[in-house]
Amino acid sequence: MMRGSRFVSTETLAVTAHASDIPVGNRRKGRYPAGMPVRARLAAVLFVASLCNAHAADPAPLTPEQLAGAIRSDTITIPTPGELFAALSKPGKPNWVGQYREPIPMAYRNRAQIALNLGGLIADGFIAIEAQDTQQVKNIGGDIIKLAKALGVSENVLSRGKSINEFAENNQWEALQEELEATQNEVKTSMESNRDQDFVILVSLGGWVRGTQVVSGSIMNDYNPEIAKVLRQPALVSFIQAKVKDMSPELQDEPLVKSVSGQLSDIQKLVAFPGSGIPSAEEVARLNGAVTKLMEEIASKPDAK
Amino acid sequence: MKRLIICSLFAALSLASIRAAEGDKEVQARNVALNLAGAFSNDGFKIRDGHWSGAIKPGDRALVAVNLYAGNQYWFSVGAEDEDAKFAVQVFDENGKPVKADDYQGDATAAAGYSPTISGQYFVSIAPSGGEQASTYCLVYSYK
Repeated sequence: MMRGSRFVSTETLAVTAHASDIPVGNRRKGRYPAGMPVRARLAAVLFVASLCNAHAADPAPLTPEQLAGAIRSDTITIPTPGELFAALSKPGKPNWVGQYREPIPMAYRNRAQIALNLGGLIADGFIAIEAQDTQQVKNIGGDIIKLAKALGVSENVLSRGKSINEFAENNQWEALQEELEATQNEVKTSMESNRDQDFVILVSLGGWVRGTQVVSGSIMNDYNPEIAKVLRQPALVSFIQAKVKDMSPELQDEPLVKSVSGQLSDIQKLVAFPGSGIPSAEEVARLNGAVTKLMEEIASKPDAK
Repeated sequence: MKRLIICSLFAALSLASIRAAEGDKEVQARNVALNLAGAFSNDGFKIRDGHWSGAIKPGDRALVAVNLYAGNQYWFSVGAEDEDAKFAVQVFDENGKPVKADDYQGDATAAAGYSPTISGQYFVSIAPSGGEQASTYCLVYSYK
């Protein structure tokens, strides 16, 4: 089933729904049909924004206590691979095809390993979309659904596979990106409702590691300090580390999770870039080496159970 | 025993009804936030498939941590379930210092636009500026 028609106005959202009925996926609910009224509205928004900006007073700085108490959640604090790749694409089109990897083995039995690899595959899906490679998107979409099935996710997620194929065949790249992000969130929601919430952070972690591997690899091939700035994410890695430490003791004791968790501490230092926040070419290479090693371990380590 | 069962049932029904009401408010706030974010999407901004929603009392503020990439442009759009709600959306850097951001204020909506030059953690603040009762707010963000 095609996941809803695109460009449906948010006015169609039923306001009597329960919180748990809030659908996964912002896109189709938030779009305006293209046309003058919306353009006019956007222009008005930007015009008013510029006026407001001129009069805005600087607010007081936040205290350390306020910063420590900020809301942090998987759905909004962890950026998607798509956001990272958007920043990488700014000065020109990177060689996305050059960042493909060999297909990973799909016969994992360890659920933590499946979750980590599912995240990595979702990042691969974003790469294939950036490369506008229909066949690669379809291949990866199929693999994502296979791994999601192995984790016992809901039928809703499985129906996303068909949508991914349809969008790929029609070269609807923007819609594909939305669908992939929505698939990732639906997998996570399904895991939460199956009381598998500990695995949610592993999906995000796998996606972040693979995304960082690709971006650092691309920057290594054509070093540009302005682009290299995207690799600075120490707080993000700290957040992921904290979430991993919140997992059940049994899951933390799994050899692969233990190893990943240990390597994250080193990677956290490699993405800090104190001072200017711009990594040197050597620092990029060092980071790429660390995340490549980690990704290989995630993809190939024999099952612990 | 009967009385205990009736009391438990009554409590469960009340709780379910409170939760449903909270859910309605969150859906309404998200609806408003997405309407605003939709305006930016026609300018090439992609709406992130994730949101935060919750109630904020007047005088309080919600601070949401986000991780942004240098080179991207962002709009943080907030909608309130109460159509008379007035509030400000501001962006702070990882040290808690306010950053220069574009801002927009409308009916039950506000947004801040920011293009970071340094990647890392930032904080989006949603602060009601009036009213007497807590209202429910929803934050969504877009990037390009």
